[in-house]
Amino acid sequence: MKYLGITLAKPKIGVFGFTGCEGCQLQIANNEENLKDLFGLIEVVNFREISSEKRGDYEIAFIEGSITTEKEAKNLKNIREQAGILVAIGACACLGGVNNMKSRFPLQDVVKEVYGAHSIDTGPVRKVREIVSVDVELPGCPISKPEFEWLVRHLVLGIEPQFPKYPVCVECKQRLNSCVFDMGMICLGPVTRAGCDAVCPRNRLGCWGCRGSSEEANFESLMEILREKGFSEEHIAERIQFFNAFSGN
Amino acid sequence: MLFKTITRENFKKMVEALMEENEVIGPKARDLDTEGKKIYRFLKLNSFEELEMDYTRSYSSPKNYFLPFKEDLAVYDLHDKGWDQDIHYTIHPRVIIGMRACDINALLKLDQVMAKSVYPDPYYFARRRNTLIIGLDHEPLEDCFCRSMNADTAFHGFDLFLTDIGKDYFAAINSDTAYMILNRFDAKDVTKEDQFLYKKVKSRIESKFKTQVTITILPELMDLEFESEVWKKWGDKCLSCGSCAMVCPTCYCYGIEEDIDLDFSMAVKRKFLYSCNLLDFATVAGGHNFRPRADVRLKYRYYHQFRGFVEAFNQSLCVGCNRCGKACLAGISPKVVIDDLIETEKR
Repeated sequence: MKYLGITLAKPKIGVFGFTGCEGCQLQIANNEENLKDLFGLIEVVNFREISSEKRGDYEIAFIEGSITTEKEAKNLKNIREQAGILVAIGACACLGGVNNMKSRFPLQDVVKEVYGAHSIDTGPVRKVREIVSVDVELPGCPISKPEFEWLVRHLVLGIEPQFPKYPVCVECKQRLNSCVFDMGMICLGPVTRAGCDAVCPRNRLGCWGCRGSSEEANFESLMEILREKGFSEEHIAERIQFFNAFSGN
Repeated sequence: MLFKTITRENFKKMVEALMEENEVIGPKARDLDTEGKKIYRFLKLNSFEELEMDYTRSYSSPKNYFLPFKEDLAVYDLHDKGWDQDIHYTIHPRVIIGMRACDINALLKLDQVMAKSVYPDPYYFARRRNTLIIGLDHEPLEDCFCRSMNADTAFHGFDLFLTDIGKDYFAAINSDTAYMILNRFDAKDVTKEDQFLYKKVKSRIESKFKTQVTITILPELMDLEFESEVWKKWGDKCLSCGSCAMVCPTCYCYGIEEDIDLDFSMAVKRKFLYSCNLLDFATVAGGHNFRPRADVRLKYRYYHQFRGFVEAFNQSLCVGCNRCGKACLAGISPKVVIDDLIETEKR
């Protein structure tokens, strides 16, 4: 690949899935019309979903899923050793995600509820950054393909990616959506990081916070607003805990 | 100004004729609120039936048809030895039906900045020149304070301005184009009765203003109350979500970004509207943020609207539509903030 006459290095990449639905990995393989261009920029050396190649000489590692077993933690540490740049992709890797639901109950009860008498190796849900250092977090459930492509362009050119610091409301207003609060729905858009083009409110569904907290979100003010609007504590808690996006707030 | 009347039937024919050759934008209902009331916004009309001439308030202003939220300023064709730049100002002719007097006054204010300043914005200018504006009177809503902002009537800045006088529309004509179009659809000269009806509607409209905001002393008051606790009070509630600036008919602050496509053969320089309430609005190269606090950012938004713009152009930037107040989940509106400042001053 050439950029203004300069030949660009083609970084070797690996994509690794841990505890999650594999939807984010699938997003990378989606959008066939651009795949040729995308894989013209990077060399895939380890990505189970699209290739049987299993090499260990990757320079950039994309990590999908949360970490729920010691074995996963060990594998992740090994990947970190190898990768120059480690990117956590998706809500599970960045926040714990939906999986984090189980951390809200005693582990034994959860295992019994799902697997019955069958024994299974599983522990508390951890974010990728709780185990290893993370260079970039690409948020979303699932990640958006255009944003992944945008990130790859930055990585190839060696430019630090700048994600929006502001909340979803900006993009929601830009799409001329009706505010879902006016339609009686609960929405975390005012405290959630933008970049999704307000896809949920666009489809008349309040935001669930899959992209994590916007920077310096005014969480307190939103809580007051939600209570004033008459949403129950239970309803608010269910929404906020869904992706474990606001555990730090 | 010239005046004519046009029947509803002929108005329909006129709109349909305009739709044949132009992109026609008008108030459309898309969702219902919790009380079952329609939520309106300015969108492209596909048929006359979609046009809601009885609309109350559009959630967002039609500003974006002159200052798009995102706009490619230049496209670059990249090659081994450099690049070729391609710039287009032309747009497809457009008609906007149903703009309120406040929104037309908002355009006149934007004209000051975008078209009449030392560095005119050719992109804005092209859109302004290629857009036919058909205004529409309405009875003020409870929270409209355009009267206080001297923006409740429009004398220029439009092509045609309609007032519903019962069976016909009373039409104020402000451009050759509007005159020619109107005459194609059998517009009649104004009769004594039409004049009587028009004045009656106008005085009814006048009598219905409920919300007042005192602005005469505002520029001075703002300097006096620079350190007021009022800013902290409302700033603590502010979500820094930028909704106010997005729905505002006059907020025009923006940023520029560059992007490149996936095979590195094309690039764009893109302008995007931004808001001074957003966290990194005043972050500069090197990372320093001049306005890291929400209350300070909120204060400066009000300063631009009610003081800075007055200093530069002898008028407020705000037109009193209260869309920002409606969009703000935290209940921050010019009315409550300014009243609060005035109260503080009295203490």
